Amino acid sequence: MIAESVRFALSGISANKMRSILTTLGIVIGISAVITLLAVGAGTSNMIKDQIGKLGTNVLTVNRALATGGRTTGGSATGTRTQSTNLTLADQQSLDDPVLAPDIATTAPVVQAQAITATLGTSTHSITSTLGTTPAYFGITNFTPTAGRLLNDADAGQAVVVLGNSVAVDLAANVSTLVGQTVSLNGQNFTVAGVLAPKGTSGLNDPDDVAMVPYTTAQDKFTGYSPSLSSIQVQAKSADVMTQAQNEIQQILDARHQVTSANRDYQVRNQAQVLSTATTTTQTLTILLSAVAGISLLVGGIGVMNIMLVTVTERTREIGIRKAIGATRGNIVLQFLVESLIISILGGIVGILIGFGASSFEIAGIKPEVQWWTVWLSVLVSAGIGLVFGIYPANKAAKLRPIDALRYE
Amino acid sequence: MATPIPAPAADAWAAPVPRRAPRPVIALDRVRKVYGQGEAEVRALDGVGLTIKRGEFVAIVGASGSGKSTMMNIIGCLDAPTSGRYFMDGIETGELDEFQLAQIRNRKIGFVFQSFNLIPRTRAVENVAMPLAYRKVPRRERHQRALEALDAVGLSARAGHLPSQLSGGQQQRVAIARALVTEPVLLLADEPTGALDTHSSEEILDLFESLHARGRTIVMITHEADVAARAERVVRMQDGNIISDTGAVR
Repeated sequence: MIAESVRFALSGISANKMRSILTTLGIVIGISAVITLLAVGAGTSNMIKDQIGKLGTNVLTVNRALATGGRTTGGSATGTRTQSTNLTLADQQSLDDPVLAPDIATTAPVVQAQAITATLGTSTHSITSTLGTTPAYFGITNFTPTAGRLLNDADAGQAVVVLGNSVAVDLAANVSTLVGQTVSLNGQNFTVAGVLAPKGTSGLNDPDDVAMVPYTTAQDKFTGYSPSLSSIQVQAKSADVMTQAQNEIQQILDARHQVTSANRDYQVRNQAQVLSTATTTTQTLTILLSAVAGISLLVGGIGVMNIMLVTVTERTREIGIRKAIGATRGNIVLQFLVESLIISILGGIVGILIGFGASSFEIAGIKPEVQWWTVWLSVLVSAGIGLVFGIYPANKAAKLRPIDALRYE
Repeated sequence: MATPIPAPAADAWAAPVPRRAPRPVIALDRVRKVYGQGEAEVRALDGVGLTIKRGEFVAIVGASGSGKSTMMNIIGCLDAPTSGRYFMDGIETGELDEFQLAQIRNRKIGFVFQSFNLIPRTRAVENVAMPLAYRKVPRRERHQRALEALDAVGLSARAGHLPSQLSGGQQQRVAIARALVTEPVLLLADEPTGALDTHSSEEILDLFESLHARGRTIVMITHEADVAARAERVVRMQDGNIISDTGAVR
């Protein structure tokens, strides 16, 4: 009987093609919107997870505080400081303490040189971020070489540079040819030790638009012998002990700088935390957008019900004939229910396909990723819509008395 | 709900044994049908008794408002009487629920309507096969039986046509094929020639006569005297009562 109902329902649907298509469209739009928006949400959260992975899930950055005027008093194992510097090489070295800071794996000092332009022959590139650091930096920040090598301890004081991928690509078509060549940074000659593998863009700034030179070389050539660091990169032993590591940093630096949490002249930032905040925001947005898409799905469902009611009225006479020749209530309910199910499931399937299609494009810099559970959910929801919004018209049809239905013009 | 199998032909050769008379196809016992209440009360049927035996060709005639349409609805199990009893092929219909009535309509009655009432956009053969679909006959067998039924009304050449591609007379013959495809005990026709020209009407009535000759029980509702004249028994109605009945021939 089911096969028969499907056949009857299909003939009913094809009798009014335009109307059926328009009704289906309501479901198509709803389902494809839900799928696409959830895919964009998943894509965003994947991108954020990727970035966390690139940054290292266990990396903390110690920066100078933004709004402090600096300290005038010092007092530490390395001696007295009277300058308004608040992060020093000594601070960095004090963090490498297996007793006081058992959760810290490695640290690296970073000094930042401003406005450096790299020149090779006629090619030039203005580097966004030129860092003087130690070999530990590359391990902490997950940089790997694509050609040549990274910095090592023997490079200290030497005029060698490791170029980020964006810089290298600008200087030479084939980045591996750069290794061993001499490039000029603001007129001073450096030998290229290696070129870094690209990390890929992560939003606003390009992490590959960098160059690294040994810490001492940077002081020598660019920043002068100021003891002040731009930042200290800290790698915790694992992602699970981030909080402990952060507390240890604060205890050590608070003691060294003679500050408390109220007047701290530095700040410890956890990149992963920043990004997880972003993830939460994205999720909230995704839920909101999906709710809007869900409402459009509901409207589509009401459209199905509306059309089914029209169909029942239109075919009152046919219902009468069918009842006269022996159709039971169940037969009639089934026929109309199957019809609304076909309309909405068809809409669901087309919606899923369109959702997949739309998700294959990059939307606002995000690569959407369709999640399979949304596909199953869509199928279920569209079938549910067909049932819920079809049952009332189908019942209405089945309840018609044959003599009334036959008399209907 | 098992359909009693009509006595097999072989019985005719068997030695006569004392048996009860075969049960009538239709037995109405003091059937009343009242519409409305109080002042607006209309007695469409006012205690009608009527028995129609197997193989009869009966015309129920009367002016409009005589109650013949109500009679048709009750005989066809489309409507229930207000009081009184109606036995359809020996089954008391008053005790049946909606589902069982639908099955009675499907198995025991073949309907022919004035306006043909074929399902639009559905081919003739599928229209004819439809009652079989409601009793779960396999698709292939359905198709076969529908073609046979169409052949019996002389329309096998039009099996693939849509109702809109057929003339009125042809549509009515398709409807008759649909009524016959289930081998019902009763062919119930409501003004079968009402929407047809004289020529097509003659064709339909000839078809009825030949069906009658082959032993079908036919009840035909009509208001035309010349159509009624083709039947072998005429029941005349007025104001919800039977005023004359030429009586059973056999």
